[in-house]
Amino acid sequence: MTATPAPVAPLLVFGWGNLSRGDDALGPLCIERLRALAAPATAVDYLDDYQLQIEHALDLVGRQRVLFVDASLSCPAPFELTQLQAARDISFTTHALSPQALMQVFFDLRGEAPPSCTLLAIRGECFELGAPPSPAALAHLAAALAWATDWLDADQ
Amino acid sequence: MSTSLETAAPDAVAQGLRRVAIDPVSRVEGHGKVTLLLDANHRVQQVRLHIVEFRGFEQFIQGRPYWEVPVMVQRLCGICPVSHHLAASKAFDRVVGALPVTPTADKIRRLMHYGQVMQSHALHFFYLAAPDLLFGFDSEVNRRNIVGVAQAHPDIARKGVLLRKFGQELIRATAGKRVHGSGSVPGGVNKHVSPQDRALLQRDVAQMIAWAQEAVLIAKQLHAQNPALYDSFGSFRSNLLSLVRMDGALDLYDGVLRARDTAGAILFDGASDQDYLGLIEEEVKPWTYMKFPFLKSLGPELGWYRVGPLARLQNCDFIPSPLAERERLDFIAWGRGEPIQATLAYHWARMVEMLHCVEVIQGLLDDPDILGGELIASGPRQRGGVGVIEAPRGTLFHHYEVGDDDLVTMCNLIVATTHNNQAMNEAVRSVAREYLDGRELTEGLLNHIEVAIRAYDPCLSCATHALGRMPLEVTLLGFDGALIDRVLKSHSGEFRHDLGTVPSVSV
Repeated sequence: MTATPAPVAPLLVFGWGNLSRGDDALGPLCIERLRALAAPATAVDYLDDYQLQIEHALDLVGRQRVLFVDASLSCPAPFELTQLQAARDISFTTHALSPQALMQVFFDLRGEAPPSCTLLAIRGECFELGAPPSPAALAHLAAALAWATDWLDADQ
Repeated sequence: MSTSLETAAPDAVAQGLRRVAIDPVSRVEGHGKVTLLLDANHRVQQVRLHIVEFRGFEQFIQGRPYWEVPVMVQRLCGICPVSHHLAASKAFDRVVGALPVTPTADKIRRLMHYGQVMQSHALHFFYLAAPDLLFGFDSEVNRRNIVGVAQAHPDIARKGVLLRKFGQELIRATAGKRVHGSGSVPGGVNKHVSPQDRALLQRDVAQMIAWAQEAVLIAKQLHAQNPALYDSFGSFRSNLLSLVRMDGALDLYDGVLRARDTAGAILFDGASDQDYLGLIEEEVKPWTYMKFPFLKSLGPELGWYRVGPLARLQNCDFIPSPLAERERLDFIAWGRGEPIQATLAYHWARMVEMLHCVEVIQGLLDDPDILGGELIASGPRQRGGVGVIEAPRGTLFHHYEVGDDDLVTMCNLIVATTHNNQAMNEAVRSVAREYLDGRELTEGLLNHIEVAIRAYDPCLSCATHALGRMPLEVTLLGFDGALIDRVLKSHSGEFRHDLGTVPSVSV
């Protein structure tokens, strides 16, 4: 099976989380709103999923820049940015792969450095099943969206 | 069947040992929590594994239109959403009177399901368990042998990714999308497989079979190289439960319920999934949110059981695909006439199942019914139904009742991790007996606990995956209930002792 996909947009924004678990929806919600805001000419792909899995490494192939978006329980409000490096961390042995571990999978798979990856961690407060995103989290999301829009516009 | 160490013995309590129940820190954390209780001589008297569960989802579903549910229940779990999608669809087939669904719908659903199981098993073996299995726990001999295996298979990472990708493409081709697919609906499916998708999948399926065979070989070699470890680690006797086809064959999508006792004798067979409430009961215990299912005929003390690959391979009479059946026979022979009870044997069984899945997929891809034919069936309306499927981790029950207004009035789910609740507790107790040394929780103990739990591939992370959660927490309590030690293993792999704030305790 070939690991080389068809040509892709140079930018990827990948958000993950569960829409049914309160503020855990911040990642997918960010994707949904960026997609709605995006100018038609913007060369960017948007993906969302419940969580990162190893096959998502193939979604990094051919990208120039990647923005990962997830809810966080520990980052300062409203959001935190981290420039990521590939790392074989313990998430290799859990069902919740970290973006750093995903980048390591990319390296293992391709034998080359992954694209430039940034993590946008948006502060969440409440993760109850069936709960809507909290007002505080939505405020954090609004601030994060403003930053993410600038990220998309860079080098355009 | 040993259930010692679940609760400290009365005489120990009389000597000053206190029973302590600790609520999980949070109901939304996707992590396991283990508490160990020592007596005055620092001997382990009680071990409990707490797993956060998602019973709240049953309330979440009530009041929803039934046709929304097969899509909605995928939000239960980011690991096996397809299993919930299909189990709910099967339950609502009965509501809409689709008994049976059309051959086309049956085959497309099977393609979706076997793709899901195959990719889930690949992820578990190649990525989640590989660090345990390929680099060993603590034995130098084991490590040397494992290094040899790893050198013989240097591209494990690549194969794991591409097996997963193949499974994801199967799901996309059958469910419509990689995520939140809607391909299966009450009464059947809503789309055929396109000729283009079929051609792409057919191109790669032979390679997937070859890789699956290699994976079975690796699992077999691991057992052969260190039988003492693989036969004894987390080993205990249990009953087994799974679906089987009417003729006794392994079937992951549909069939009848069969259970075997600890000696491998059949307890019941040919039972309709619609009658599960007459066969299985769920016990509630005060120290954990997750229930403890048991076979009613044996009662709660003797009736708990295991589900999943280890159960399925030993419960069926044969596997209806030639390569996997040959491997099943090798697996069964390893038990030398006795049921295989070792927790680590789950890995070997899982790889035999993965091989079977790819064989089934190959056959279905060649079937013209997936490209055309009737998609939906219907018949006399019913008020409710039960849908049972063999999810990657084991038997999954979805039970619904629907009102005349089409809204769901009742929902009951029993997921594989719940079936295996008692078994995982037993595995952790076995490890604690062997590896807990004195008053300090070591990283080695934590690793062994993780290895035991992980063999069951539980959905500890079915809840949220927000950054910063703790995958595993182990707490050690003294005879007076005081905290002696606590270790936390963070999502990033940080291992730290934490004698800070602990949750409130009830004695």
